[in-house]
Amino acid sequence: MKMNPIQVSNLTVAYDRKPVLQEVTFQMPEGKLIGVVGPNGAGKSTLIKAILGLIPTASGSVEIYGKAYRTQRKLVGYVPQRGSVDWDFPTNALDVVLMGRYGHIGWFRRPGKKDTAIAMQALDKVGMKEYAGRQISQLSGGQQQRVFLARALAQDATVYFMDEPFVGVDAATEKAIISLLNELKAQGKTVLVVHHDLQTVKEYFDWTLLLNKRKIALGPTEEVFTVDHLQKTYGGRLAFLDTQVSPSYVVQP
Amino acid sequence: MSYGAWIMLTGSLVGVSCGIIGCFLILRKMAMLADAISHTVLLGIVLAYLVSHSLEGIYMLIGAGIIGLLTAFLVQVLHSSGVQSDAAIGVVFTSLFAFGVILLSAFAGKVHLDVNHALMGEITFIPWNTLTIGGVDLGPSAVWMLGIVLIINLILIFLFYKEIKISSFDPAMATAIGIPVMFIHYLLMSMVSITTVASFDSVGAILVVAMLIVPGATAYLLTDKLLVMLLISAVIGVLSAIGGYYAALVWNISISGSMASIAGLIFATAFILSPRHGLLSKLLARKSIISERT
Ligand SMILES: Nc1ncnc2c1ncn2[C@@H]1O[C@H](COP(=O)(O)OP(=O)(O)O)[C@@H](O)[C@H]1O
Ligand SMILES: [Mg+2]
Repeated sequence: MKMNPIQVSNLTVAYDRKPVLQEVTFQMPEGKLIGVVGPNGAGKSTLIKAILGLIPTASGSVEIYGKAYRTQRKLVGYVPQRGSVDWDFPTNALDVVLMGRYGHIGWFRRPGKKDTAIAMQALDKVGMKEYAGRQISQLSGGQQQRVFLARALAQDATVYFMDEPFVGVDAATEKAIISLLNELKAQGKTVLVVHHDLQTVKEYFDWTLLLNKRKIALGPTEEVFTVDHLQKTYGGRLAFLDTQVSPSYVVQP
Repeated sequence: MSYGAWIMLTGSLVGVSCGIIGCFLILRKMAMLADAISHTVLLGIVLAYLVSHSLEGIYMLIGAGIIGLLTAFLVQVLHSSGVQSDAAIGVVFTSLFAFGVILLSAFAGKVHLDVNHALMGEITFIPWNTLTIGGVDLGPSAVWMLGIVLIINLILIFLFYKEIKISSFDPAMATAIGIPVMFIHYLLMSMVSITTVASFDSVGAILVVAMLIVPGATAYLLTDKLLVMLLISAVIGVLSAIGGYYAALVWNISISGSMASIAGLIFATAFILSPRHGLLSKLLARKSIISERT
């Protein structure tokens, strides 16, 4: 039987007893680009963190290819929100990308030639090879995001979780990221991306998960990304949404 | 070795140990926690004495290690149950330290330590308090203790370098790939504790904090590489110790106070002159932007 790359069952997460995710259940198909869409504070980041075991869950379970995340770490790559780290940390781009190898290296060992080669290749893939030695605080927002993506590539994973990789990046970086995502997909990898720009959802993602504390809808984007579902997800805030969503309907063949 | 040389060696060992550990404290924004631990270990020292009836280094290190970890642990518990982290540190710091002071004054007759000594240290007496084994004088016992602690610190940092680095830079990613971030946190706090105790006799609690924070903060201004930052910080620790000793000789002032002042002076210089983060380079950059515009 073919296993699901991501299987979340009845997941509930609360911060200080305030529920943030309630009874979320879903299975993700293999080899798809999946967008996770919902308003600010909907629990999108929380969902990823709970799946990766970064925060305690109140109930529910998560399986990656049929097994607990703990035993499947090497299959999973993670791109946190760019703002979650201190970019003044004294280190350079290559060093950050090498951190993607740490999970494979194990205790008491240093990254070797092979790891450096993999990291350089990852930097090359995101068009950042010339910046390998650059101090990370000297990079633009888009370049920092590319470094984070390169780090995830260096993890050499099968399932990827990316938290708002398109936020605050230039158009060139956005293009680079999307072609990278498609390349990962072509290799049969599953990529789950938290995304906030409704206009590009249809263009970028095969599947969409609409989330607002609860799962609103999940499925192929053309079936799920409807005004009706969006209204449920965004509630009263849809007035301005109409104008945002309709153009992409127009261009849609 | 001469009297002065022993004092400079003692100060340098404090400077190197504290300087290296301090870099990680700066990067993890934990200067306050180190400040707390450097005081609460007093309780560990007193308890260790009351249990073992001896002032031997090993008991002091164990006592301080335990109380240092307890401090970090209590702060963590309070913080994760909703208390703001600086308030959590304040509460744990003052209660454990006060408890230590009470015990110390209650058993003052029996313990050779006094509060003043613990806070200010007495590096002047270090060279006379020597370690003798089998009738052979092996030099000041403080130097031995500091040397051993430095070696322990260096070994731990060497062994766990990449884990410490990633859990300082990106704890979420570190946790996701299976690195025990909490273990690394407590490991560092243990290193802070034993370093503080070893440095107590010579420079005292207050100046340990200066040595923990100032060299690291200075090195942070001067480099973009973690390894280089550790080296610069250690060198600044040594320079402060040696410079502080000579300054104390010339002006006839407290040696440990003078060592901390030199460290402060080096920081001020770096703060003004640092090529990238310094005041001067920022001023110049601003000037050149303005003149470009006009
Ligand atoms: N560490 C935290 N402690 C308490 N509440 C939190 C924490 N992180 C997030 N929250 C709250 O949980 C909710 C969901 O947050 P998040 O998952 O970051 O939303 P999203 O990524 O969809 O914008 C928000 O209301 C936020 O305020
Ligand atoms: Mg978020």
